[in-house]
Amino acid sequence: MNSSESNQESQSLPKSLHRGSLILRLMVIGLVILGIAGLFAYTAGWLTPNVLTPTKIIDRFEQVNGEHPGFRRNHAKGVCISGYFESNGGGTVLSKAVVFLPGRVPIIGRFALAVGQPYAADAAHTVRSMALLFKLPDGEEWRTGMNNIPVFAVNSAQGFYDLLLASAPDPATGKPDPAKMSAFLAGHPESAKAIQLIRSQPVSSGFADSSYNSLDAFRFINAKGTVLPVRWSMVPVQPFQPLNPAMPRESDTNQLFDALIADIHSHALQWHLIITVGEPDDPTADATLPWPPDRQRVDVGTLTIDHVESEDTSPARDINFDPLVLLAGITGSDDPLLSARSVAYAQSFTRRESERKSPSAVSPAETTKLPP
Amino acid sequence: MTNPTNPPSPTQFALFSRILHWLMAAMLLAMIFIGVAMVASLGNYRWLVAIHRPLGILIFVLAIVRLVNRMLTTLPPFPPTMSQLERRIASWSEKLMYALMLTLPLVGWGMLSAGHYPIVMFGAVHLPPILPPNPQIYAILRPTHTILAYLLFATFLAHLGGVLFHTLIIRDRLLDRMALWPTRKCNCKK
Repeated sequence: MNSSESNQESQSLPKSLHRGSLILRLMVIGLVILGIAGLFAYTAGWLTPNVLTPTKIIDRFEQVNGEHPGFRRNHAKGVCISGYFESNGGGTVLSKAVVFLPGRVPIIGRFALAVGQPYAADAAHTVRSMALLFKLPDGEEWRTGMNNIPVFAVNSAQGFYDLLLASAPDPATGKPDPAKMSAFLAGHPESAKAIQLIRSQPVSSGFADSSYNSLDAFRFINAKGTVLPVRWSMVPVQPFQPLNPAMPRESDTNQLFDALIADIHSHALQWHLIITVGEPDDPTADATLPWPPDRQRVDVGTLTIDHVESEDTSPARDINFDPLVLLAGITGSDDPLLSARSVAYAQSFTRRESERKSPSAVSPAETTKLPP
Repeated sequence: MTNPTNPPSPTQFALFSRILHWLMAAMLLAMIFIGVAMVASLGNYRWLVAIHRPLGILIFVLAIVRLVNRMLTTLPPFPPTMSQLERRIASWSEKLMYALMLTLPLVGWGMLSAGHYPIVMFGAVHLPPILPPNPQIYAILRPTHTILAYLLFATFLAHLGGVLFHTLIIRDRLLDRMALWPTRKCNCKK
């Protein structure tokens, strides 16, 4: 850069460049600009089309389920709820999060079926979910989405992406292709084990008597700064009822949702928030692995759901239950699914909020209907 | 170095202006790359977004400081090597960059507000929403945030290209006006 130019006078311009030097300098400028633009393109993922991205995951949901504008790409069929969480103070030794101080915190949330089709018929063996938003008085929020299965079927975003395709219904038969599923399970032994465990657990009669589990591990930080690996569950106060054998596996109604609505209208439903505290060696980065059953379980309070509302009128329709919206005192673990869920949910949220909304399968007329 | 408060025409930008320039250049460039990386990254999203939010608010605060500082200080004159047209482009691109530095964080903050997200800074510290939760507003602000970020990046590239052209081809020592390092002019002044 520091050339042989003279400095006789500060005002005068340096001598003109030799042609070779000029070309070299122009090339340097071009390389710098192109280099930075190229780095930008690389960072944005434009140069690595084979890397799995949040966009591809949400695209795959649309590919296997069809397009359902305005709806969540997963857990598309649901109903909104509200109520409160009453902390008993037992969680304060585990985490400094304000939600665990004794007292009441308002809740809004959503029960859903883990389907990509918002008008799919309720089926007894479809995964059920409970999503909650704890609204703390100072504006802090805790959001969590939990499922009624003991472990998750995959332990990575790639596994999830592959499973979506492997379990997609074949257009010819309307059923998943068993060959594709076997190929997936052969390549993902962790999923084969997890699915076996999921299937071994008895399914309850409905939403009200299901346990919902965080599946991913998190970390609690208490006032002393101690960090603990945890998983959490909502365990129903309503006694477990086995699945009604009369309920067909493929039903053509909203019967699971209708039963939930009738239950909430007749009496408030309750769950205990149970924190399972892991040992230092327990796996936190793999949601397919259960923790040993003898781990400490702490009941930190009771969730009461006393109101049910259709998505058409509830603000919960427009809430992204991002698993990484956490309180000070709770952080994500090293589970890679947490970051993947967070960014994929954001992508799904942005798409559905930009689309025209269609009525929910569970209508306001249905949610306000009182039991006979 | 020249005393920046010395009238009539300083040869460099005021020291505080130069510090702000380089500090914010680094922050803005980091911010653009974090933003574009996080939306495409399944694994790194969680920590990138945790930096993106508070860094954006810090940029917003510094942009206000910078705007006030810009209105209060005297600028060094354009070098004689810059044509009328070039000067006009430089002035307008400066205005554009100030506008983007201020609106990008505001659009981000507004977009999270309209999307019913808590505006988490760090720990329990969070900002209040500046808009009511509203899907239509969110649906407008979310793509706006991306488009403005691309525009800022393009403006940065043009700015960098212009300065490199002056420094390497015209060699009018334009960059010295913004230098935080010793420049030859002061070393060589007799």
